[in-house]
Amino acid sequence: MSTTATQAFAGAGAAEDNRTAEQRVEGAMSAFARGFGATVAMNMESCIHCGMCADACHFYIATEEAKYTPIWKAEMFKRAFRRESGAFAPFFKILGLKKKVTLEDLEEWQELLFDSCNLCGRCSLICPMGLEVAELIEIGRRGMYEAGLAPKELVDRAAQQAETGVPEAVEKPYADLLKEIGEKHGVDIVLDKGKADIMVCAPRSDLNRNPSSVAAMVKVLNKLGANYTFRSDAIVAENYGYYAGSNGLQKTIAKRVVDQAKKVGASLVLVPECGHAYYSLRWQAAELMGETLPFKVRHVTEYFAEQVAAGKLKLNKVDGLPTAFHDPCQLVRKGGVMDAPRTLMSELGVNLKEMYNHQGYSFCCAGGGGMNDIERSRPLRLKAQEMKLREVDDTGAKRFLTSCSDCRVAFDDAGEHFNWDKKTESLVELVADNIKE
Amino acid sequence: MTLLEFARGPMLHFALLVFVFGVIWRLVSVALLGFRKHYSEERNSNDKALMVGTATCGLRSWPHKEFIGRTAFGEAVGYGYHIGLFTIVLLGAPHVIFWQNLFGFSAPWWPTLPGGLITVVSVLTVVLMLIATIRRAMHPPLRQISNFDDYFTLAILYAIMLSGLWAVLGGPGRYEFILAAHIISFNLLLIWFPFGKLMHAFYIFPARFVNGYLHAKKGAAT
Ligand code: HEM
Ligand code: HEM
Ligand code: SF4
Ligand code: SF4
Repeated sequence: MSTTATQAFAGAGAAEDNRTAEQRVEGAMSAFARGFGATVAMNMESCIHCGMCADACHFYIATEEAKYTPIWKAEMFKRAFRRESGAFAPFFKILGLKKKVTLEDLEEWQELLFDSCNLCGRCSLICPMGLEVAELIEIGRRGMYEAGLAPKELVDRAAQQAETGVPEAVEKPYADLLKEIGEKHGVDIVLDKGKADIMVCAPRSDLNRNPSSVAAMVKVLNKLGANYTFRSDAIVAENYGYYAGSNGLQKTIAKRVVDQAKKVGASLVLVPECGHAYYSLRWQAAELMGETLPFKVRHVTEYFAEQVAAGKLKLNKVDGLPTAFHDPCQLVRKGGVMDAPRTLMSELGVNLKEMYNHQGYSFCCAGGGGMNDIERSRPLRLKAQEMKLREVDDTGAKRFLTSCSDCRVAFDDAGEHFNWDKKTESLVELVADNIKE
Repeated sequence: MTLLEFARGPMLHFALLVFVFGVIWRLVSVALLGFRKHYSEERNSNDKALMVGTATCGLRSWPHKEFIGRTAFGEAVGYGYHIGLFTIVLLGAPHVIFWQNLFGFSAPWWPTLPGGLITVVSVLTVVLMLIATIRRAMHPPLRQISNFDDYFTLAILYAIMLSGLWAVLGGPGRYEFILAAHIISFNLLLIWFPFGKLMHAFYIFPARFVNGYLHAKKGAAT
């Protein structure tokens, strides 16, 4: 790998990281080993090197470059495991069958672990051994963070979000932004109520780019007469700690949401249209905190679908425009929200044209896992997206929906680049626009 | 002691010891790491997750339709040489006798296939293994991820297959010597088994089960 790539990567304050190379690798490996239980170790141990995972990954499929083979992205950690802590570690060490992993190796692997993986989980479904390939990559990222080798873009955002609750420098506090959105779109947004059944968050990317989606969610909540509130101290739904691979920052960021939810006595935290926010709060927050959370976590589509099923939310039928839906990976494939979006679409009478790869098997938007934020990965991302846009076109759809703001950011960027004739719309907005009075 | 006696005697016993204890240790060392407690509210009950985990053990043997277009060839070859290997080892007359002697039982009901048929299967299996090896060396992702273990394991299997065929087809050389080579290669396979990828035979179902189970708890795709 070229030095420029390596330099570009010098993340997590690598420049001022004054530990020795040895100590940094050590840090990476012990953080990695912490992620270990029997299940992860089994994943480490059982790869048969069949290469099939490459055939699941959009980055390999789009480029046919061998280095994008999913299990190869975890190679350094797999190697270190076999050499340092596997069942026959001394054997591999003495015979020199597994080379020692060096800081240079890890530097070289930054690109593979962060710049060319969305943590989308598709590779985990193809593996004939049943390995959780994507989880190995995710744990590898956590090791990289500890070695000071996570990309700066992600680390800076994560650190800032952990400290201030907002992942970027903002001119206006998000609470003010939220109020403005309410005024502009004519919806009453409940903010900082002392007690509420439901605490709601908003995706940072929607606050900035698609405020109408935030307004739409609120409109439906108001219509349902839900007892909800946003909290100034925990508006942002995303968790940049998850992207950056930092257990510590991810936990701090999650704790902010958890604390606010506890404070208002919420029995439900509603995650807006953001896949990663859902996965990290729904499936990782409690694990990081080591406690069962005193509230349920639901995605907004899940909650709305429940209301539809309970007869509390009635929707008008929309036009017959052929429509494709992109399943956000963290929400559907990995998060398990399989049916809710389709329940809503069928209630809306959407003329759904499924892509060949859909629901659990859909291709990622290619922007997930922090890749939207890593500018230098854009050329690779676009290659994968070209494929995805074609798949959407192949359905003959005229309307294109999804339920993740991060996916929309990715599609918008690709759409602009390729002069795509479709706009990526929010499913929640479609719901909000078609409430039966 | 002749070479053949050595191969059938002390070496085989040593190899069996390494195999049994090695396999047990490799499995136990993983299990010792412990299974973590999970705190997230699960989507599906434990019973359902157990069911899905069990189902995944079988279902993952067939690729999802979304993948089959890209993986069919590799999988067909893989199925081919596995079926070949199992047929030879479990239905070839000399092997059936060997297993009975090894485990000390007599099983007149154990079916065998005619030697000629086994020879044909053996040749086909070698051809499929050749294809797998060539793919490993040529197909970019396979080439990228392959290491010593992959080639060494294949080399041992070739040694077994070729010496076996040599003995059956009566190639040049003394029969005892060729047979000794066959058995020594088999012993090597046993010795290497716990250290390398051959462990997949033991890991495959636990790995599929665990991941199917954990995914089912979340309601995620399996
Ligand atoms: C429970 C029994 C077993 C199962 C379910 C199983 C399954 C698999 C699978 C899924 C693969 C990957 C296939 C591919 O590359 O397309 C594989 C590869 C392989 N298996 Fe097995 N296996 C079993 C037992 C064995 C045994 C007993 C041996 C040999 C003595 C063996 C030898 C191999 C070899 C050598 C490869 C890799 C070939 C290569 O280099 O590509 N397997 N096995
Ligand atoms: C090309 C495929 C193979 C052929 C044609 C073949 C053929 C033979 C023959 C002719 C014998 C001699 C039996 C005797 O004279 O006592 C033998 C023995 C044996 N074979 Fe194979 N074999 C093949 C593959 C394998 C494989 C894949 C294994 C195990 C993985 C295996 C394990 C053994 C063992 C352990 C014996 C020793 C039996 C004894 O101690 O007499 N063979 N084989
Ligand atoms: S998680 Fe997705 S992006 Fe990452 S290696 Fe697997 S298939 Fe590729
Ligand atoms: S598909 Fe699974 S077994 Fe095959 S190379 Fe990838 S991780 Fe290893």
